[in-house]
Parts: sequence; C-alpha cells; structure tokens
Amino acid sequence: MIRFKKILYTRSFRIFITGLWRDNPIFCMVLGICSSLAVTNRIENAITMGIGVTFVLIATEIIISSLRNYIPVRVRMITYMTVISTFVIVVDRILKAYLPKISEALGPYVGLIITNCILMGRAEAFSINHTLKESIIDAISCGLGYTYILLLMSVIRELLGFGTLFGYKVMGANYENCIAMTIAPGAFFLLSIYLWIFRTILKRTEN
Amino acid sequence: MGNTNLFLLFIDAVFVRNIALVYILGMCPFIAISKNLKTSFGMAGAIIFVVTLTAMLNWFIYHFILIPTNSEIFSFLVFIIIIASTVQFIEMVFDRYFPALYSAFGIFLPLITVNCIVLAVSLFMVLRNYNFIQTFVYSLGTACGWSLALILMASIKEKLYLVGDIPSGVKGPGITMIIAGLLAFSFMGFSGVIK
Repeated sequence: MIRFKKILYTRSFRIFITGLWRDNPIFCMVLGICSSLAVTNRIENAITMGIGVTFVLIATEIIISSLRNYIPVRVRMITYMTVISTFVIVVDRILKAYLPKISEALGPYVGLIITNCILMGRAEAFSINHTLKESIIDAISCGLGYTYILLLMSVIRELLGFGTLFGYKVMGANYENCIAMTIAPGAFFLLSIYLWIFRTILKRTEN
Repeated sequence: MGNTNLFLLFIDAVFVRNIALVYILGMCPFIAISKNLKTSFGMAGAIIFVVTLTAMLNWFIYHFILIPTNSEIFSFLVFIIIIASTVQFIEMVFDRYFPALYSAFGIFLPLITVNCIVLAVSLFMVLRNYNFIQTFVYSLGTACGWSLALILMASIKEKLYLVGDIPSGVKGPGITMIIAGLLAFSFMGFSGVIK
C-alpha cells in the first residue's frame, strides 16, 4: 500500500495522469479535432490513427527533448515540422505496405498528422524544456489520451452508423442504419456531447 | 478542359465538398478565431492568399522536381517546408513593404502554418492528379469555401452570445461543434448541384 502511494505521488505519474485526464489533448486543450472527427467512422480507422499519432508523438518528443539544448530558438518551429514530417512519412510507408485497405480509407488524413496541433503543441509546450524521461511519459500519456477518445467516438459512430463493431454485425436485422452518424454532422454532434459531459465533470468552462 | 468544368470545380470546392464542413479540416482555427466577425474576415483574407499561393508553388515543385527525381515519398516533408517558408517570407515582405496589409492580417500568418487546410489542399491536388489550372481553381475554391464557413460561424456565434443562455459546459468549443453540425447538414443540400 505504501509502495502504491509512493508511485501515486511521483512526478512522472502526475505527468502521466495529467495527459490522460486533466489536460487531455482533445477535451481540455481542444487540439487535434480534425482527425478525431474525420477518421472515427470505423473503429479500425480510429485505432490505426491513434497508434500512428502516438508513435509520431513519442518519436518527436524523444528527438526534440534530446536536442533541446542545441535547437536555436528562432528556428525551433521549422525543426519541429521537419522531425514530425519525417516520422509521418515512416507511418505512411508502413501503412501502405502492411495495411493498404486502412491506408486507403484514411487517405490524406495520414499526411495531415503533420498539422495535427497536438504534435506541435506538445513539442512547444513540453519537450522543449523537459528531460527525456518526462517527455517520453508525456508523449505516451497524451497519445493514449488521444487514442481513447478516438475509440469512444468510433464505437458509437460505427454502432449507430453501420450497425457493426469491428466489422461484425451486432445490431438486429431490423436495425435501420443512422446515416447521419457516418458523415460530418454526426461527428460534430457526438463530439459536442462528449465535450459537454467531460467539461461538466471537470468543471472547466469558458466565457 | 473547358471553362464550364473549371466553374463546376470551383462550385464543387466551395459548396458541395466544403473542406470545413464535409472533410472536417481546419478545425483548430475554426473554433479559436470564430469568436469575432472582424478577425474572421482578416483570417479569411490571409487563408485565401496563402492557400492559393502555396498550392501553385507545391504543384511546380511536385511536377518539376519530385517526379523527375523519383522522390515522391518525401512530398510531405517538402510540402510542409515550402508552406512554412512561404508563410515566413510573406510575413517579412508584408511587414517591410505593406504595413497596412500587415496590420490587417499579419498576425494570422504564423497561425496558418499549422492550419490543416494548407497542407490538405496540396495533398488532395496530388491524390486527384490536377493540372496547373485545375490546381489554381481548386485551391482558390477550397480557401473560399473554408472562409465562407468561418464567416458564417462567426456571424452566428456573435448573435448567439447576445441572446443565448448557453449551459456552461457547452460554452466555447461545444456550442461551435453543434452549430458546425447544423451547418454541415445544411451544406449537404448542395450535394445534388453537381452530378
């Protein structure tokens, strides 16, 4: 029990929990909305996107954090972009080689991981002035925080929109597919409902 | 390619496949900027200028440098660097020679680098094999479509904050999403315009 409490109060653990919950990239900072809305119509797309973003985030934070004392302040933005887009090319190549079907379904959204604000945001706000270990923990927790919200979105959208889960039919034969859930309006409404719920729980409001 | 087809391409990019409301791109500034109508107009001007310029530049780079040297896999990296440096260059030129323009939308320029639609237009241009004229029309149309959505959203939100009694949990991003969903529904009405 004492051991458990010790873990609970370490700095690393606090960073981890903050990314998952209090500073969750989607609900609290409202970053990376585009991809979370556009690719969540099927669970497999959402998981692939989540893993892709998490991978790029971890790799970028490792590089930026290790080089943080050598990056000149004036060119730091372009450094982030170069590092991020290099790893996005890696993700794109891997998807094209091993998961061609999902790669086609995601289309340009794989390339658009580059402009996902979470990556630039975390590099600028966190890894540029934190140690390597803390940056890796932050990257994992923000990546997971992003992925589980994509999952929450996609489970409901696939269930209502196609009547399936992971491609398997779960709704009865008489179920009428709710088309609105598979396209843009459904995504907007669902995310706003989630935002409402989470922000009410967190009591984080805006004027 | 006749003129009518180019006109249809423009209408398609502005209304039928609006990049903000159908492809759901460019959401971060869409949520952040749309609080105020005046700043929305500034952002719209900057976006139309930058998107059209970078798409044309990227078309040249892609067709005359990347394809002949067989290095299409680096297109992401090259595109984003072109975009970032163009934006930086425009900012410097405006600051030095056009102070009036700079004060109108200069402050939005750094934000544009991370706006998804600038990169998205270049990626779509490659995916759909557009030629140079088509790229110009498509990028102009897309930027106008996004600006239209932004200005619609800003005008609705300005009115809404005057009269509405919004629950505190949906204030800010939440209510923007709900309005965007309704706008997206209404833009679906355009889907029959082009066969």
